[in-house]
Amino acid sequence: MRDIRLLTEMFIPGALVGPFTAANPGLGGVCTFVGEVRSDGDVEALELTHYEPLTLPGMHGLATQAFARFDLMGLLMVHRVGLMRPGEPIVCVSAAARHRRDCIDAVDFCMDHLKSAAWFWKRERRAGAWHWIEPRKDDHRDLARW
Amino acid sequence: MGVRVVLLGKLADLAGGGELQLTGPLDWAGLVAGLPEALAQAADDPRNKVAVNGALLADKASLQASEGDEIALLPPVSGG
Repeated sequence: MRDIRLLTEMFIPGALVGPFTAANPGLGGVCTFVGEVRSDGDVEALELTHYEPLTLPGMHGLATQAFARFDLMGLLMVHRVGLMRPGEPIVCVSAAARHRRDCIDAVDFCMDHLKSAAWFWKRERRAGAWHWIEPRKDDHRDLARW
Repeated sequence: MGVRVVLLGKLADLAGGGELQLTGPLDWAGLVAGLPEALAQAADDPRNKVAVNGALLADKASLQASEGDEIALLPPVSGG
């Protein structure tokens, strides 16, 4: 099963991963990654913008790639948009598979692509002023792993 | 009805808002001519991509937009 969502409100990853795991009977392993807004010095808030016609279809395309590449039973991919504060979850990817390597690698694959190639724009507020976050060289290196 | 131009990321700052309305039909030169100057320069930057009705254009110069269409100007996505 595949469950791909963009959320505009705070979410609790465990509340999604539990039902996701239950929806994949017979699995041999589940791997889950949860990303949170880092408490980085003076960062007060993070805002994620998306573009509806591209962002969610892009996430579905990424899920299709993951299913083609790894032997998966299920994939959960949830990403926040909107305003978040340090400590809030921003992304949750969970993969269920018969064997552990497939679910671990699928989560790693999805995260590298979500971080570097998905249609999200981020800005952070420091001392009351907003600053756009630019692409990083590391992101391209992360993508090149695949 | 017009052509809706959606500006993402910091391109919205250059435009003073996330959206503009222009009169169609528009080709690439027509679009650039209708944008505020700072945004027109950014639009030509090859790092910034363009989509029409949710489909990315491989070549901006091929842009053709009619009344009711939605153009999106997309700067590079933020990293991790």
